[in-house]
Amino acid sequence: MADAKGLKIDTMRSFLGRARGQGAAHSGFHEWWVQRLTSLALLPLTLWFVWSLVHLSGAPYADVRAWGGNPVNATLLLALIAATFEHMRLGVAGVAEDYIHTESIKLTVVLGVKAASALLALAAAIAVLKLAIAG
Amino acid sequence: MADIRDAQMVGRTSDGRLVQRPLSGHLSVYINFDMVMSVGHRVTGIAIAVGTVVLVWFLVAAASGEAAYANVSWFLRTPIGYLALLGWTAALWYHYFVGIRHLIWDTGRMFDVHAVKRSRYFILGGTAVFTLLTWLIALT
Repeated sequence: MADAKGLKIDTMRSFLGRARGQGAAHSGFHEWWVQRLTSLALLPLTLWFVWSLVHLSGAPYADVRAWGGNPVNATLLLALIAATFEHMRLGVAGVAEDYIHTESIKLTVVLGVKAASALLALAAAIAVLKLAIAG
Repeated sequence: MADIRDAQMVGRTSDGRLVQRPLSGHLSVYINFDMVMSVGHRVTGIAIAVGTVVLVWFLVAAASGEAAYANVSWFLRTPIGYLALLGWTAALWYHYFVGIRHLIWDTGRMFDVHAVKRSRYFILGGTAVFTLLTWLIALT
């Protein structure tokens, strides 16, 4: 390939391949985008969550239950849980993909991170739903 | 014939010029403040991920009953619990502010050296102030 200004770079990659955005990984933009999307969501949600916890510290058990049982708090908690664990899964898996070079260990860790994030998210969501619905 | 892997290193500038994409500096050649901060973003990310286990414990305990909640309350008030919470809040705010810089970078802004140097104070100052405020409000 040579550009208009004459810079020549030897490559076998076709223009169509570039246009489709398919490098060796075949995909990846979606994950990149979801990581940004969840980080944007977490900017206000984190502030709200830390603010809430800070005010709950030292509160009796009944107050904590009442806080989690409030529909607005439960909604925000579920949003926080969804965004946090998706962001965490992409982030931790990304670190593993970068630094683990043995394919079998890498795949095991990435799948383990996926399983752990899903289970933690489900457990947290069920706890919130129990507080909100069962009271 | 060139190495086929070279194809992955070809990019285009915004004006359409073909360029060889730069490789990142190698860790063993030099190390600077901003590299440490970048590594810190990943380290704090992992630390926060570990901390979410306590968050889930807290929520599940709150939903399970008074005895379960007493357990998590007790743990968080042991010296190890306090240390974990302090580390978690500091890591959270650091990751928060570096994350804001990443989002700004994604819009193509603040790439010049002076802007990056100024952002260090914003990040480290923000982390210190927010961590301090979190604990001041929590303990009063």
